[in-house]
Amino acid sequence: MSAHDEILEPRPEGVLGRFRAFRENRPHLFLLVLMMLVAFFMMDPRTWVVLTISGLAMGAMVFLMASGMTLTFGLMNVLNLAHGAFISLGAFAGATVLVHWLDASAGQSSLLANLAAVVPALGFALAVAGLVGLLFERLVIKPVYGDHLKQILVTVGGSIILMELIHVIWGPNEIPVPRPDALTGAFLVPESWPVIGGVALEKYRLIAVILGLAVYGMMTWVIEHTRTGILIRAGVEDQEMVEVHGYRIRLLFLGVFVAGSALAGLGGAMWAMYREIITAHMGDELMISVIVVIILGGLGSIKGCFYGAVLVGLINLYVGYLEPRLAAVATVGLMVGVLMWRPQGLIPVIKV
Amino acid sequence: MSDPILSLTGVRADIDQYHILHGVDLRVPKGELTVLLGRNGAGKSTTLRTIMGLTTVTGGQVRFRGEDITGQPTPRIARQGIAFVPENMGIFSLLTVRENMVLAAVSGPMDEQRLTWIFELFPPLKKFWNRPAGNLSGGQKQMLAIARAVIEPRELLLVDEPTKGLAPAIINDLAGAFEQLKEQQVSILLVEQNFNFSRRLGQSVAVMNDGGVVYAGQMAELADNEDLQHELLGLGLGAHQ
Amino acid sequence: MMQRLLSGDYPRSRALTALLLIIGVSLALGPFLFPGVRAFSMLGMICVFIIVVASYDLMLGYTHIVSFAHTMFFGIGAYGVAMATDAFGSGYGALLIGIGGALLLSVLLSLLLGLLSLRVKAIFFALVTLAVAFAFLSLVTQLYNLTGGEDGLAMRVPRELGPAFRPFDEPWVGFDLVGFFTGLFSDPAGAFQNALFDVRVSGKHLMYYVAFVSAVLVFLFLLRMVNSPFGRVLQAIRENEFRAQALGYRTVFYRTAVVIVSALLATLAGVLFALINRYVNPENTLNFELMVFILLMCVIGGMGTLYGAVVGTAVFLLAQNYLQDLLKLLAGGAEPGSLLEHLVGPDRWLLWFGLLFVLSVYFFPTGIVGQLRLWAARRRQRRAARRPVADQGEQHHAS
Repeated sequence: MSAHDEILEPRPEGVLGRFRAFRENRPHLFLLVLMMLVAFFMMDPRTWVVLTISGLAMGAMVFLMASGMTLTFGLMNVLNLAHGAFISLGAFAGATVLVHWLDASAGQSSLLANLAAVVPALGFALAVAGLVGLLFERLVIKPVYGDHLKQILVTVGGSIILMELIHVIWGPNEIPVPRPDALTGAFLVPESWPVIGGVALEKYRLIAVILGLAVYGMMTWVIEHTRTGILIRAGVEDQEMVEVHGYRIRLLFLGVFVAGSALAGLGGAMWAMYREIITAHMGDELMISVIVVIILGGLGSIKGCFYGAVLVGLINLYVGYLEPRLAAVATVGLMVGVLMWRPQGLIPVIKV
Repeated sequence: MSDPILSLTGVRADIDQYHILHGVDLRVPKGELTVLLGRNGAGKSTTLRTIMGLTTVTGGQVRFRGEDITGQPTPRIARQGIAFVPENMGIFSLLTVRENMVLAAVSGPMDEQRLTWIFELFPPLKKFWNRPAGNLSGGQKQMLAIARAVIEPRELLLVDEPTKGLAPAIINDLAGAFEQLKEQQVSILLVEQNFNFSRRLGQSVAVMNDGGVVYAGQMAELADNEDLQHELLGLGLGAHQ
Repeated sequence: MMQRLLSGDYPRSRALTALLLIIGVSLALGPFLFPGVRAFSMLGMICVFIIVVASYDLMLGYTHIVSFAHTMFFGIGAYGVAMATDAFGSGYGALLIGIGGALLLSVLLSLLLGLLSLRVKAIFFALVTLAVAFAFLSLVTQLYNLTGGEDGLAMRVPRELGPAFRPFDEPWVGFDLVGFFTGLFSDPAGAFQNALFDVRVSGKHLMYYVAFVSAVLVFLFLLRMVNSPFGRVLQAIRENEFRAQALGYRTVFYRTAVVIVSALLATLAGVLFALINRYVNPENTLNFELMVFILLMCVIGGMGTLYGAVVGTAVFLLAQNYLQDLLKLLAGGAEPGSLLEHLVGPDRWLLWFGLLFVLSVYFFPTGIVGQLRLWAARRRQRRAARRPVADQGEQHHAS
């Protein structure tokens, strides 16, 4: 909601009026609070805390994977259905470092030694996915700009090729990825704390939340405060005028595509350590969450993507606890519900 | 007459299967304000877009400062010092006024002196500096569009119908701004339907009809010759209003 | 007669006509031309998937709607009859209940999908259907007490359509086409005699012909539909939605109607699949990979031609079944354990197919049918251009 509209709107009156204004102006926060409250009354508080933290962790990882896809779509109107393959690619690249190259360091129990393996693993995942993203954009996507139907077709084809190449390089079987010692285990909340005293919070999930928040913060900062960010936002709105000002939008897009692929790879590598086992098709499965997230948030919106990811993470964990069989259905049900309420998603930035 | 800063010879352009321009010949003299007149659909806007590289040229040549720029990509044409204000103004409405200006200053941070000068020309821009540009009124948006075009020194401005849909008082403000730009010897190619506005500002003039230039000369000549106005524009405004 | 049957939409290429005739004859007489269980089951799959792909083409090719939920409707049909016969026995009544229930569910779901996402841009539809189809898959996998979960359900077919039913005591005679031609090289004299084989006609053959006749009828129905005024409106919407709207057509109505028709036909194909395969599980009816295969068949055959569905299905299923054999031969030549062996190993047929697919989208976006028609049209043009010159008695060797 823009400032202009706020001026024109009458100030909400009364509790009900203020509630309605909150619901309409901040649908993402409204939905988040609603979901957390409903869940809170359906389970005991300690379980709720654990599930909320886990949901946030999953949301943070899904956000990493989804942010690139939503920006690519917003900026260039390109729908990349091969995005899931980059998630898998990152997972396998990260696993290669952890399991084969730096396994000695990953196998020790000291934090420093573990970090010496984990950080290069994440970096390698980032680099491999980014590099393949660069090639993919030039070879597969560039020839079909502006044609949605062909984009869908070639990216589905490209996804098959990438998945098959993963099979060729890493073999067709699942690969176990043991999480380094220092990242396993949990923090115990001191018993003296009210309500949640004694709750065990898994370390790795906390780390995922922190990393996700850090990336979100960094992305928001880049997009809000740097010239590149201004250019990206301007490009989402009107590509032609960006070119009229003398900027090569294709180069900007290539950059965003590579960054998005790299982040998908990072998310994949994080997911690999979270699940401790990877398959080439893990990307396809995660793609569903990614798609739900970008539709929920509104195509092209980073903020929407973040809140969408958190919502998806939370509903997955809450419903997964209450009725494990319905977790996937609830995720998609959330999307259907939001689409009925707001066909453009929670925080739309572009018209679709 | 000195060498023109911009010249078009036999320029042809198509949009989809329609031939819009069939051989446009046009000279924009350096340091002058040239007005491009003509009926709706004569091809004025397409001519500007073609110069900018936004429409594909299918024949002929566009020369800027004597160099051939035909068929170059838009960003490269822009970087050589041509600014373009399209008919819809092309404001980024989700960006703030400041961000719109930051974007327009291609080569780096904005020049303080020029910014002060722009604020003097268009005071509303200073007032709404950190507001979303989408909230500006039509006239303020036009001010922002022109401000973006002049935040850096440019050799040539292409402006498409700046007065469209604006109140007379604001048109007057805009005319003042264009006069200052003329004093600074900026070359301008202005598409205009408003003949009074054009006559006040224009030094040379070209009239388009059906995808080609049918008249080119000095504005003073056209302004004094009512028969010619009738013939070219289908309207007479009187020679001495 | 032909005019009416094909609704005036001819193949328009001699090569294509020949190809269609070969496919048609092979399917019509299939059980008597190709011996073996593998060939028989593949023929059945071709019939079923012609329906699936042709109905998909109605959306993709004629309306430019990309749906990833086509397998969901296929699965609804297959699971509908499988679950009904599982619960009520193998009679025709149970079959009808299953079919009715499946069709009803398909209508409701496709209506929901259409209303939910066809109002906004078509690209939304692709994403929303992908997510919904996934939720459906997950539901089917999780509700194992109803659906058998990952293990799936064995379908109990009516006796007359099963292998136990033997209408004739004597075996019929079949003629092994492939065996005959290979025999011509090794043993020309006995080739004919050796190619003859016995066919013990059973309910399976009856079921095969039910599927074959259904495929023919559905194909002709769709051909009629796309060449009717309704089909013309669809193509108008595809070319320029805005203009179609301005002319007063309610585009959302037309699009939703297409989605529903297509979903119903996919459901029907699912029913046939369950009857012919007699075993239903998530992998053979609902998998995302299967959805991608349908997309590939449609595009490779040629979008927006319907004939492409026939050609694409036949080519793809042949490749799926026999390309692996070919690759096995190739891999035999490569060093064991080398990268080359991994690249051309029989499990990697999909890699090569994917590559072929991407390249064909770039270079032959109209698929096999479109390309054959293009060549035919060019030849006709060239001939038309040459004729007047020849009439004047001039030699025309230039160019």
